[in-house]
Amino acid sequence: MAYRATLGGTTWTFESLADLMAKASPPRSGDALAGIAATSAQQNVAAKTALADLPLKAFLDQALVSYEADEVTRLILDGHDAAAFAPVASLTVGAFRDWLLSELATPAALAALAPGLTPEMAAAVSKLMRNQDLILAASKRQVTTRFRNTIGLPGTMAVRLQPNHPTDDPAGITASILDGLLYGCGDAVIGINPASDSLSVLGDLTRLMDDLIRRFEIPTQSCVLTHVTTAIQLIERGAPVDLVFQSIAGTQAANASFGVTLELLREGLEAGRSLNRGTVGDNVMYFETGQGSALSAGAHHGVDQQTLEARAYGVARAFEPLLVNSVVGFIGPEYLYDGKQIIRAGLEDHFCGKLLGAPLGVDVCYTNHAEADQDDMDSLLTLLATAGVTFVMGVPGADDVMLNYQSTSFHDALYVRELLSLKRAPEFEAWLERARIVGADGRLAPRAAGHPLLTAGRVG
Amino acid sequence: MSAPPSLPGVTPDPWTALRRHTPARIALGRTGSSLPTSEVLGFALAHAQARDAVHAPFEAEATAEAIQALGLETVIVDSAAPDRASYLRRPDLGRTLSETGRAALVARTRGACDLAIVVADGLSSTAVHAHAAPLIEALLPAVRAAGWRLAPVIVARQARVALGDAVGELLGARLAILLVGERPGLSSPDSLGAYITFAPKVGRSDAERNCVSNIRAEGLSYEAAAFKLAWHAREALRLGLTGVGLKDESDIAALEAVTPPRIAPAGSRSPTG
Repeated sequence: MAYRATLGGTTWTFESLADLMAKASPPRSGDALAGIAATSAQQNVAAKTALADLPLKAFLDQALVSYEADEVTRLILDGHDAAAFAPVASLTVGAFRDWLLSELATPAALAALAPGLTPEMAAAVSKLMRNQDLILAASKRQVTTRFRNTIGLPGTMAVRLQPNHPTDDPAGITASILDGLLYGCGDAVIGINPASDSLSVLGDLTRLMDDLIRRFEIPTQSCVLTHVTTAIQLIERGAPVDLVFQSIAGTQAANASFGVTLELLREGLEAGRSLNRGTVGDNVMYFETGQGSALSAGAHHGVDQQTLEARAYGVARAFEPLLVNSVVGFIGPEYLYDGKQIIRAGLEDHFCGKLLGAPLGVDVCYTNHAEADQDDMDSLLTLLATAGVTFVMGVPGADDVMLNYQSTSFHDALYVRELLSLKRAPEFEAWLERARIVGADGRLAPRAAGHPLLTAGRVG
Repeated sequence: MSAPPSLPGVTPDPWTALRRHTPARIALGRTGSSLPTSEVLGFALAHAQARDAVHAPFEAEATAEAIQALGLETVIVDSAAPDRASYLRRPDLGRTLSETGRAALVARTRGACDLAIVVADGLSSTAVHAHAAPLIEALLPAVRAAGWRLAPVIVARQARVALGDAVGELLGARLAILLVGERPGLSSPDSLGAYITFAPKVGRSDAERNCVSNIRAEGLSYEAAAFKLAWHAREALRLGLTGVGLKDESDIAALEAVTPPRIAPAGSRSPTG
């Protein structure tokens, strides 16, 4: 079915719902690469205008990706909660934007609504929202998760400590972990992207982090970011796995390119929970996503990349994750060309994830072939922190020497905490104070060369 | 990288000794919550080097001359990407030969050959300027010892990895080795990668290639990289395949010969070629 809008005497026609959604998307290189982007600024506004008049319900009647052929679509539609949807069931997409920004959309109302929203609805309304709308609406939505600490409480922001090393050298990784802990980072997770896929190396890295966490009684969790099947093997071999990682996307075919199915994710969840290693909760999954992954895998079905990204959060929330991370600027300029596109996408991803009930963090990042720099990352970090982002990355000096891209640093986290008075996860903040790394005000304490982390934790 | 402790307001970190374990930017010190000025400038320089590696014009003629000086024929071709901005936005164009490039290759084809070497600017012309000709020089003794028939070396502008498929197919090569400037990192703006593809033809997937990565002064040496490439080439021609079916065991073969080099990591996030 076709959709139309008439603006200033010109009638614009959009041949399908997927076409309407793509043409209504703010400009980005990935949609242009796919050949589905609006070809003029006026066509973009015309599509937004037509989308604003579309009933939200339309997304329940019409799947953007085939129900029969795609298990993600089946997960979304079969899991839809009509009772939760009732408060907004009669609204158009445009009216839903107004509702989200009104006094009616309290934190409690938004939490109750989540099971009634599909990712396509979240994506649709985000296309009508300016950056300030995405920030304000997301800031009203808290998503709280637990493993060894409590992540996502109001007034907090957590940090993933990312101590990658080009050859997985244990001393090198330990050095970066100590640096991060002494800068007050690591409450979201201590998470290593390994260079190796050798089971023995991955097992050693898992034990390295477990030893450190147990020895210093740090209320946090560890993760080696390897394929879910590898994590299951590690668990079967008795490795102390806290979180089970997997990259996921918004279509069945894109997930297949990652070597996963929903059934396999279910197995990963059960394997992770079987160890009972959480002390305050059992959210054991850590997912990463990113706009453009489906197109990159030739699995986008003519749907715009931001809508498919929202569908990935629809996958994520079904597995009650501790953390969901949009690696927004990592995939490259063919999907998000410059700082402006990366900033916009980061705010959209955070809003859509939160609205759907996912504990969304953002890897505020860029590659050296994108038109972006650290100033753009400062802007996005500051905007996301005001929006209540669940967590961000902490990479030594913002320079990941294994993955060859730039993210946010331990210093960046301190900056935004100071600026916006953001606390860490409470259990972790209390540990930092006990360990005399921070003072009662949460700010870094004076440095001591004889700190136990440096003496007992000595490497090499 | 260290902030002099005498600067007002700057707090050094008393764990600079840990730096010997990692190239990561640790123990940077701080002023309040922020980076000391020296670290801000050091980061800016590293980023500038990486940016220039991506955007510096590719000196294809000079690269070709350096390869000719090794006694090899060369042909310069362009991909279908007309400029750098299009190249970055449209990976498909960088994987396709321009019409003139295709015609130039057809004109130079002289029947089947064993090996086609392609030099592609990729995402770091800096890496190609520095390392392509020396690596080929290091590889030549193995090529000659094996008696492989070598096609003219193709130097390709605005080119991505899969362009080697189109080139290898047109040249009728049994095997293609494509040298390419890798996506630059802040601490590695000049890293060269090498992709080996058996029976190159348009449409091959990355799972059908092997990769030797991180070829640069601080990474894999020319000799170690050439050893790995020759090993892969021999095994590929013997087994009739490359990719996931060809596991890198050159380290075992290398034990007696050279310091074991490192094969590129797949990583938990793979950039797209």
